[in-house]
Amino acid sequence: MTQLPASTKKKLGLVIDLDTCVGCHACVISCKEWNTTSYGAPLSDVDAYGADPVGTFLNRVHTFEAKQEGCSAQTVHFPKSCLHCEDAPCVTVCPTGASYKREEDGIVLVNEDHCIGCGLCAWACPYGARELDKVEGVMKKCTLCVDRIYNENIPEEDRIPSCVKTCPAGARHFGDFNDPNSNVSILSAARGGMDLMPEQGTKPVNKYLPPRPKADIVPELDVLGPLLAQNEKTGGFLGWLDRTLEKL
Amino acid sequence: MHPAPSVIIFTALSGLGFGLMFWMGLGLPAVEGTTAAIFAVLAMGLATIGLLSSMFHLGNPQRFLRALTQWKTSWLSREGILSIATLGVFFIYACLWAFLDNRVVLLGYLSSVMAMGTVFFTAMIYAQMKTVPRWNAMSTPLLFLLYAAGGGALLAAQMTEAMLLLAVLAVVQAGAWIQGDGAFAKSGSTIETATGLGALGKVRLLEKPHSGTNYLMTEMIHVIGRKHVTKLRVISISLMAVLPVVLILLTDVGHMVGGLLILLHLVGLFTARWLFFAEAEHVVGLYYDKR
Amino acid sequence: MKDGKVKYIEGNKDHPVNKGVLCAKGSAGIMQHYAPSRLRNPMKRVGERGEGKFEDISWDEAFEIAAGWLKPIRETAPEKLAFFTGRDQSQSMTSWWAQAFGTPNYAAHGGFCSVNMAAGGIYTMGGAFWEFGTPDWDRTKLFMIFGVAEDHDSNPIKIGLGKLKARGAKVIGVNPVRSGYNAIADEWVGITPGTDGLFILAMVHELLRAGKVDLDYLIRYTNLPFLVNTDETSDESGLMIRDADGKEMVWDRVNGKAVPWDTKGVKPALHGPQSVDGVTCKPAFEIMADKYMTDEYTPEAVADRCGISADRIRKIAAELAQVAFEEEIILDIPWTDFKGEKHDKMIGRPVSFHAMRGISAHSNGFQTARALHMLQILLGSVEVPGGMRFKPPYPKPVEGHPKPHHTVTPGKPLNGPHLGYPRGPEDLCIDADGKAKRIDKAFTWENPLSAHGMMHMVISNAHAGDPYKIDTLFMYMANMSWNSSMNTGGVMDMLRDKDANGEYVIPHIIYSDAYSSEMVAFADLIFPDTTYLERHDCISMLDRPISEADAMADSIRWPVVEPDRDVRGFQTALIQLGVKLGLPGMVDENGAAIYEDYADYITNHQRRPGIGPLAGFRGADGKGKGRGDPNPTQIQAYIDNGGFWIDHIDPENAYFKPWNKGYQEWAVKRGIFDVEMPYVFTVYQEILQKFRNAADGKGALQPPDHLRAQLSATMDPLPIWYEPFEQTIINQDEYPIHALTQRPMAMYHSWGSQNAWLRQIHGTNPLFVSGELWEQHGFTDGDWAVVTSIHGEIQVPAVRMDALNGKTIWTWNAIGKRKGAWALSEDAPEVTKGFLLNHLIHELLPPKGDGLRWANSDPITGQAAWFDLRVKIKRIPKPDHIQTKPDFAAQNSPVGQGPKNVSYGKEWT
Ligand SMILES: Nc1nc2c(c(=O)[nH]1)N[C@H]1C(S)=C(S)[C@@H](COP(=O)(O)OP(=O)(O)OC[C@H]3O[C@@H](n4cnc5c(=O)[nH]c(N)nc54)[C@H](O)[C@@H]3O)O[C@H]1N2
Ligand SMILES: Nc1nc2c(c(=O)[nH]1)N[C@H]1C(S)=C(S)[C@@H](COP(=O)(O)OP(=O)(O)OC[C@H]3O[C@@H](n4cnc5c(=O)[nH]c(N)nc54)[C@H](O)[C@@H]3O)O[C@H]1N2
Ligand code: SF4
Ligand code: SF4
Ligand code: SF4
Ligand code: SF4
Ligand code: SF4
Ligand SMILES: [Mo]
Repeated sequence: MTQLPASTKKKLGLVIDLDTCVGCHACVISCKEWNTTSYGAPLSDVDAYGADPVGTFLNRVHTFEAKQEGCSAQTVHFPKSCLHCEDAPCVTVCPTGASYKREEDGIVLVNEDHCIGCGLCAWACPYGARELDKVEGVMKKCTLCVDRIYNENIPEEDRIPSCVKTCPAGARHFGDFNDPNSNVSILSAARGGMDLMPEQGTKPVNKYLPPRPKADIVPELDVLGPLLAQNEKTGGFLGWLDRTLEKL
Repeated sequence: MHPAPSVIIFTALSGLGFGLMFWMGLGLPAVEGTTAAIFAVLAMGLATIGLLSSMFHLGNPQRFLRALTQWKTSWLSREGILSIATLGVFFIYACLWAFLDNRVVLLGYLSSVMAMGTVFFTAMIYAQMKTVPRWNAMSTPLLFLLYAAGGGALLAAQMTEAMLLLAVLAVVQAGAWIQGDGAFAKSGSTIETATGLGALGKVRLLEKPHSGTNYLMTEMIHVIGRKHVTKLRVISISLMAVLPVVLILLTDVGHMVGGLLILLHLVGLFTARWLFFAEAEHVVGLYYDKR
Repeated sequence: MKDGKVKYIEGNKDHPVNKGVLCAKGSAGIMQHYAPSRLRNPMKRVGERGEGKFEDISWDEAFEIAAGWLKPIRETAPEKLAFFTGRDQSQSMTSWWAQAFGTPNYAAHGGFCSVNMAAGGIYTMGGAFWEFGTPDWDRTKLFMIFGVAEDHDSNPIKIGLGKLKARGAKVIGVNPVRSGYNAIADEWVGITPGTDGLFILAMVHELLRAGKVDLDYLIRYTNLPFLVNTDETSDESGLMIRDADGKEMVWDRVNGKAVPWDTKGVKPALHGPQSVDGVTCKPAFEIMADKYMTDEYTPEAVADRCGISADRIRKIAAELAQVAFEEEIILDIPWTDFKGEKHDKMIGRPVSFHAMRGISAHSNGFQTARALHMLQILLGSVEVPGGMRFKPPYPKPVEGHPKPHHTVTPGKPLNGPHLGYPRGPEDLCIDADGKAKRIDKAFTWENPLSAHGMMHMVISNAHAGDPYKIDTLFMYMANMSWNSSMNTGGVMDMLRDKDANGEYVIPHIIYSDAYSSEMVAFADLIFPDTTYLERHDCISMLDRPISEADAMADSIRWPVVEPDRDVRGFQTALIQLGVKLGLPGMVDENGAAIYEDYADYITNHQRRPGIGPLAGFRGADGKGKGRGDPNPTQIQAYIDNGGFWIDHIDPENAYFKPWNKGYQEWAVKRGIFDVEMPYVFTVYQEILQKFRNAADGKGALQPPDHLRAQLSATMDPLPIWYEPFEQTIINQDEYPIHALTQRPMAMYHSWGSQNAWLRQIHGTNPLFVSGELWEQHGFTDGDWAVVTSIHGEIQVPAVRMDALNGKTIWTWNAIGKRKGAWALSEDAPEVTKGFLLNHLIHELLPPKGDGLRWANSDPITGQAAWFDLRVKIKRIPKPDHIQTKPDFAAQNSPVGQGPKNVSYGKEWT
């Protein structure tokens, strides 16, 4: 059903910490690995060993540079998967009802058996979070690992998305944004979790934590400099040496 | 956006087909019998070829019936339903007209409204896309309607109407281009809003997520060919509107000239439609530092 | 696993190292395991070397051929076998094999990898970063990381950085390139390559001047109070003053006399000239302070060369001091030191450091690594809470390591382990005429402390017949004809080169690979290996185990899938070959095999009585920890335990390990040492001074004259900085640019490219050009670049990068591929747009005009100086025909080409 629920009981999603992501692509591959063998049709790779390999991925990591005039530039690794938007335009455009947003937890999914592969939902998504699988002809997107997070067959502590579980740096967090005490709500509040392209009006659930200010870009007051200068006035190096030795 | 031939053919031909239906719904051209049948077949043929062509764009066309279920929210679904309904209504109307010589006027008006409705719904598939600021404007349905009505008029050999409509079309199309050129900037989406990194300075892409290409890039990012935009705009507007208008004004349109007009218009229309896609910039391009 | 196929590879959350996380390569293991490039059969070459034309043979025939070459050599001149292995985890086993064979020519790849880091650490503090040390991630407050893109310990580093980020602790990244770890560093120091030593020593200058060093720590735990002979005329000049028992002496400033350094309660002097038995001497501390407090090391003096402002250097030094001394942490854990002194608490200096090839892969890398360790030690931050900690079997001083052995007896094993840590000129592997005994010339006056051997010199020396010719080159898991070599094109020529009789100059090449790599094409005989999911492996305490700072741990891999091809685990094949050759330790007195395969070896081999490849579950009852008889069910015990064994260190023994009585006792109990081995850090390293003395004409063993100056200049007992060699020879105005590589996190050297998933991420490797150079040369988007060094030229696609040292260009390592390799199509992007920087590098320095071959290596350890490379660059428009240069002819693929499309998991949907 492509009508969006007025509200969802839970608001499950991710917090992605741009201050911590090292750009290792572990989440990209882990996502591909889990989803190609688990949820719906496999994520194919066309021309896999050839000149123009193109595969389907549900999560990709971009790398950006940001630079202010006169300062050193900064590199930001930027993972991006479906943001499970509250006002998901990808859902409402779908002619078949294959795309839907779940009322119980807000996850946006595609019912691959109903999908005709028209690609419209991918057009409607501002974030590039949907990819049409060339071999299967169906739309693929992040499922928030719905087949892990409720999966009774895997240990409870592993019932988190594959990408979150694997992220070595701990840059990805999973939880319920409807619960103000959840890890994601707390983190997002504390670190200024932001929306991507808010002007698109999609109300993304996933939040991004901005990089913390860099000491080489935001000038720091040299509060410590004088620390090293103290010695000068009191007999220099040898004076200090003898004084200190006496104390030992 | 990638100017996929299937989608260009779909929108262009079905537009013409439904445009012709619109005129026939009004009883134009005033023909009967076999001639009417031929016109009707032309209209329905164009619409059907267009619709079928759109199926080539689908990954799983065998499931297309499912696309008729989501009329509450989806313009594509609405378009699908309405186009089929229109074809049905028009088919009955045309049969009665051609074979029983009984043109039911009300049925005709209904077909006209439905045909234009279909074109409008088609246009709304594009116009609704906030992600493609160039399309996301009322000029999009207006243009589609004008293309359908103008082109339909040509096909229906309604030269005066065609001349007027094409003249309006030329103006609206030119306006849409100009407005479209500023639409992306006006949408407010930038690489900075896309990444949320604006506070850190000017943002640029250092590395794509994959060294090769991917579905998003081939589908949504089309930078090649835009170099020739101005030239193509001139060609398209001249062929699809200006020349036909001039020809209609200056000549006495017979079959030969009529055919030529249609041909010119078609080439212009396809060029315009190619531009419609090729020029459209999807905001996802921001993540690739390309538009 | 599902239906006999691998379904999903996930991290083991109980695993001490990975804690359940996996990197991209780990998760892409499925594509690795099912790669179409897997070799299928033993093969013998039928075409010319380099062509890649092979004929499948049986294992019996493969062993027959190999034994046919090796048996005669062993009986007559075992040194004619050169056996070199790559980045494997079985060096304790392969070296045991080579020793049994009797050749002195064995080493793994450490010489071109990071021996500077390893040796710099071991010669300074009995342990290194690399895999042997770790920041105290849970407690450190300021972490400084030098020259690391990924490292071996990459998951732990990422987990650790994540912990720091979660706590909001500060990370400073020192690297010309701001990517990866440096991208998330809170402060980036975009240093000019090759100048880290200067930067560090300038900080040392500042800290000394300000008195911000941990004197108590230095007195207790380092040799800085030791008295150094200052009589320049003495043969012992610069060496420690020793008592009759050979104990180093300190000056007791309370009683005014020299006493052995470990005298209980002694209060040693740190300055003031003294004389002991008429020999003038000074505490090493004073020599050190005098050295670094000169103007040579002021921030102002180094700022320009480092590309870091003097204020910045001062500020960072101050920050280190602030955190180390004003924010010290105290653990209320009592412990006892080796002198028996009891401490009621543990004082921690929460600054920690890590470094890798960025400082290591330069010709001044050994001394730079030492400088960094000295900085850590001056701050009192090694083996303390919040600082850097060792992972068992480290700490282990030089004395705990073997010396190199090289005595060859035809038909007999070598007289001891090949590799080790020389204590002086007497331990060099040279004959009476000073000629190298090893084909790689490791442990010679040219690079005396080449503790890991010099694999990068083997092919070049064997080709030149310098120091002698060899018969068989046997290699394993090293892509030496491609990304592993400097001067790739030259190496391919050497491997192909024939003598006047039409025979190959290097007569036989045996190679073991698991995949159709570039090196396969150059071998005469191929031993196809399994993939890692099809064999036993052992990550052993005898090698590079998976220990943590508070635990010793080792692990295994065991076959989870049966090979569907005629392949064998290399270690098993090696044992079988050893049996065929009748090597001691591999056959019993009747010539029967002692070990059936590698699993049998892992279980039953004993290095010393009670000590074997695996430390866990030893003894008949499986309860032995570290020591114990072989346990026939040991491997199963590991499997039942998740593949690893771990034994935690009690908290009171977990810090101050080199000096902690409790730790030392535990280490002996666990078989890490046979006797307790407490020691002090050798900030002042006498062993280096011994070589210097020799260079000055002292002692019986004398270097050749042409090396005297180099030895004298570089073998300083205290860390120094000198200019990387290449730039001292070339014209720096002509080649003003530094060119580097970095490992992509999502790729493993050359073999990520056969992986259908990973190759989509890094299928090409642009040349990243700094914004400064980009504008200076007028580059625009899409342009290509011609990059020229004194050795060669490449033509490659270029991309702008602003977060990069202005004088630097770089690219991802090992993405470029030779046509036809890895079962990729010949127009794969790795071939058409990918490239190697290696074509610009050379294993030798540019000729100096003295007719000698000077290695492009660190003069102390022989470490390959990959990052000394200097180039010039020219903008060119994108070529019409997209093909990077040099462009080599295709090699034939013995495994065909991979399938068109992959839909992994299709059968399960
Ligand atoms: N993903 C992945 N992981 C790997 C490997 C792999 O191939 N892929 N290979 C493994 C192997 S064999 C090794 S040896 C390790 C190596 O691990 P790293 O030491 O991380 O190796 P490199 O990628 O060579 O990184 C060297 C870094 O030093 C920087 N650098 C170069 N010159 C200087 C300098 O003068 N000063 C400073 N401060 N920095 C400098 C470079 O910019 C680069 O960031 O990684 C291991 N881990
Ligand atoms: N320009 C530049 N060059 C460099 C470096 C650099 O930083 N810059 N780094 C250098 C360093 S530190 C290193 S360690 C080298 C690494 O370079 P290599 O040692 O060449 O490493 P790999 O590419 O990993 O290749 C090793 C070979 O092992 C094979 N292999 C993989 N798995 C198995 C297996 O299970 N069994 C067997 N038998 N074979 C297997 C692969 O197919 C490959 O042919 O590169 C060096 N080259
Ligand atoms: S990110 Fe895109 S695909 Fe996901 S819910 Fe939002 S609009 Fe839909
Ligand atoms: S591609 Fe599938 S999910 Fe997307 S809009 Fe079309 S039918 Fe719906
Ligand atoms: S939540 Fe699951 S599906 Fe979504 S990006 Fe992460 S791993 Fe992929
Ligand atoms: S796994 Fe974590 S650190 Fe690595 S790219 Fe993904 S989010 Fe970033
Ligand atoms: S870092 Fe190495 S061992 Fe760890 S998951 Fe990656 S490939 Fe496997
Ligand atoms: Mo390495």
